[in-house]
Amino acid sequence: MTHPYIPNAEPGVRAEMLAAIGAASVEDFYADIPPELRLDRPLDLPEPFVAEHDLVRHMRSLLGRDTGTDEALSFLGHGCYPHHVPAVCDEVNSRGEFLTAYAGEPYEDHGRFQALFEYVSMMAELLEMDVVNVPTYDGFQAAGTALRMACRHTGRAKVLVSGAVAADKLSKLRDFLSPDIEIVQAPVDSGGEMGEVVLDDTFAAIYLETPNVYGVVETRGRELAELAHAHGALLVVSADPISLGVLAPPAAYGADIACGDIQSLGVHQNHGGGQAGYIATHDDELVAQFPSRLFGIAPTTVPGEYGFGDVFYERTSFALREEGKEWVGTAAALWGITAGVYLALMGPQGMREVGETILARTRYAMDALAGAGLRVLHDGAVHFREFAVELNDAADAAALLDRLRAQGIYGGVPLDDRTILVCVTERHSIADIDRLAAAVASARRADDEGGRR
Amino acid sequence: MSGHAAEPFAKLPVGPKPPLRRFHQARWDEPIIFEQSRPGQRGIAVPGPGAPAVELPDSVRRAAPPALPEMSQLHVLRHYVRLSQESLGVDLNVDVGQGTCTMKYSPKVNDSFARAVAELHPLQHPDTLQGVLEIYWRLERMLAEVSGMARVSLQPGSGSAAIYANIAMIRAYHAARGDERRDQVITTMFSHPSNAACAKTAGYEVITLMPDADGYPDIEALRAAVGPRTAALLITNPEDTGIFNPRIAEFVELVHQAGGLACYDQANANGILGITRARDAGFDLCHFNLHKTFSTPHACGGPAAGACGVSEALAEFLPGPVVAEEDGRFSLVTPPHSIGKIRPFLGVTPNVVRAYAWIMTLGAEGLRQVAETAALNNNYLMHKVLRIPGASAPWDRRRIEQVRYSWQELSEETGVHSEEIGVRASDFGVHYWTSHHPYLVPEPFTLEPTESYSKEDLDEYAAILAHVASEARTDPELVKGAPYNSPIHKIDPTPLDDPRQWAPTWRAYVRKHLA
Repeated sequence: MTHPYIPNAEPGVRAEMLAAIGAASVEDFYADIPPELRLDRPLDLPEPFVAEHDLVRHMRSLLGRDTGTDEALSFLGHGCYPHHVPAVCDEVNSRGEFLTAYAGEPYEDHGRFQALFEYVSMMAELLEMDVVNVPTYDGFQAAGTALRMACRHTGRAKVLVSGAVAADKLSKLRDFLSPDIEIVQAPVDSGGEMGEVVLDDTFAAIYLETPNVYGVVETRGRELAELAHAHGALLVVSADPISLGVLAPPAAYGADIACGDIQSLGVHQNHGGGQAGYIATHDDELVAQFPSRLFGIAPTTVPGEYGFGDVFYERTSFALREEGKEWVGTAAALWGITAGVYLALMGPQGMREVGETILARTRYAMDALAGAGLRVLHDGAVHFREFAVELNDAADAAALLDRLRAQGIYGGVPLDDRTILVCVTERHSIADIDRLAAAVASARRADDEGGRR
Repeated sequence: MSGHAAEPFAKLPVGPKPPLRRFHQARWDEPIIFEQSRPGQRGIAVPGPGAPAVELPDSVRRAAPPALPEMSQLHVLRHYVRLSQESLGVDLNVDVGQGTCTMKYSPKVNDSFARAVAELHPLQHPDTLQGVLEIYWRLERMLAEVSGMARVSLQPGSGSAAIYANIAMIRAYHAARGDERRDQVITTMFSHPSNAACAKTAGYEVITLMPDADGYPDIEALRAAVGPRTAALLITNPEDTGIFNPRIAEFVELVHQAGGLACYDQANANGILGITRARDAGFDLCHFNLHKTFSTPHACGGPAAGACGVSEALAEFLPGPVVAEEDGRFSLVTPPHSIGKIRPFLGVTPNVVRAYAWIMTLGAEGLRQVAETAALNNNYLMHKVLRIPGASAPWDRRRIEQVRYSWQELSEETGVHSEEIGVRASDFGVHYWTSHHPYLVPEPFTLEPTESYSKEDLDEYAAILAHVASEARTDPELVKGAPYNSPIHKIDPTPLDDPRQWAPTWRAYVRKHLA
């Protein structure tokens, strides 16, 4: 049978093409592969489901074993966030012209270039910076590259990294910076913000996150920027763009490089596969340090017509191989286009409103869980979307989350045996939060009655 | 009524068809989205807080709203649909012109499976993720079989990220053995630029082997380069020329003898699936691009996905976590000496699901059909292209899945460059790419037909190239003046390299050019 995806496997056309080439069989094309390297048996793979219907049934039977956040009440965040995705984002994201395009030139892919130029342009407005890259893989990579950019720019090899960073992200930074850059970690103060900072002229950058891993909004950005600059270092700030309708963009308090992840802007959770990183700077010497593509606007032969192309292509490994800045390859462009659709739909008003709703509901949830008997960490700080709660017993966290899950509630992400990170977005109604608080209170009563404490 | 009285309509059937397709891409003169903003309009409403507002200190409150566009929903949608119409994807064109990238059909049914994981969170309890974890586990095993490797990680976000992960594992492997002298990585000029760039990023000195007179990587150059400082060889085979290096096992052996590791870039695996395997040639590590070989869509340049395969000896260094199975239950474990995270969470799950589904519809026999047909299509296209006067391919030998061609002869004769031929080709509705720099093959172009295209598609593509080549002879200015059928006209690239003029965002453009 000729497989539906392989038209020229049909024996008639295959024979016709071989005859045209003058080859006896396809074996001729493999003449360079020595016999000892040839696989002399079929690959050991499962029997295929050639018929689409059979494949659909197989995939449904597998995927049906998952219970997604749309079938439970989920308060999971910690780097992957359940924000509402407007239907128009999905519509544009799934257009075949965008979905199946790749590296087309400015003439056949003019629309792709414009859509990506508009994405970086909308991010630039949100960030109040003039230069934004075409998305890199994710916020982890964006942070690693931003720090490498700072080191290349200053010629220094040490960075001060906030202690309020997710363990996985720190793991990525350690691997990515390890050959030549030293990471010094700053403590976290009792309020949940970056603690006391000791800096000298050997540091390339201070790295701050806001909201940080505890959901705490950092308030000392200006002070840290001044401290960094006083020592000839840069301030690198990772900020979630969905917060920037209400929170000041990093540039407003003196950051030199902003970075982060855009999954919150119109991209589904996708089991963590919806991440895409942004890096932004002012239009200054730092532009030379970007490894990733930058798309710029250019005139054409027709007055008033816009074209697009690569800005300063000679920075990249595409042009210079190992002499380029890090590497550039296929990363996450379509998520960038999708985030652009999101920002265009939201506009300034929508971005302010979603930020205010998240701020208010986060505070409401903190109060509700405190009312249910949990200790809310860093209660005095401003929180955006996430906060941590602490339980008394070392083994409490997993047990409480198990009880909640039995009621169809994914209560949060355990940071350790007794700390749970709870995430609240505009998707969580007040009733949803009340239901979580009631379930927590009830689980704790059951524990008390069971004599566990 | 329409038409001129003197020119009656043709009778059906109209024929014969024109020799080349009449094509014109949508041209919408679509303004930049900021130019369409009308203050007060909006595209979507947001739930109100339903709880008391939070007072923010001035130090963290945004002072002025961001100058984002303000548009109604239909107008946002229409803008993006128009832009999509001004883009050519695999779904629209004979997309054989992006050699090294394996542009193939991405089955629509697989997109539906990808959507089924949209609302999964990666940190759900594993009991609620058994389906997706099983897919990871199964795909890891299938790719281990395709490569011959012992273990696979699906965490990297792309092929280049997988190359980087492999280098990070190589570094960790030598470090764990206390072998700190190894500070050089050897690669070849026809391997993807990311091999060299990733090695450099990971702190290695890069040594690049040039091709020998036959187009193979020069084994004498390897002998001269390899030694106690060699950490690894990073090599693609077949290389971006489409030529398979028959002495590849010898290359691996030379590097092993010197104590280095051998790492196989399998971005070009499409023509060898089920025919030869990385491990069988002795490689210690390899990677695949799920968006190339395993058909996940290229998506304007990502989200992509990569897979790293490693031998048993390197399994303990894999990025964590990986999926483990016991009695039919799937869980996540982190290898003992893991290099840590390469990407958040478990990887680009929608693409992992798509790649799994793609293999599950083909099976062993289907994958071999993919490879053989990719090689057949490539050699058929080469046969057609080499008959075009002015086209050539250095090194007269069979190719596997792609060919790096040259227009040197045509260019010398007409003054028309490869890049200009590509722009003119876009007037006929196809994409054409020159090649990666540096242009070791003069006036290059690289074509990779894959298994997705029919004989008629390949005939059409070759006919377009033949037509443009003949135009270059008869009317070179016509070719140099292209495009004519695109959404826009010829671009002046000079502002893109001038810091005073370049405008990487609309905000920069307004400041520099409109203020």
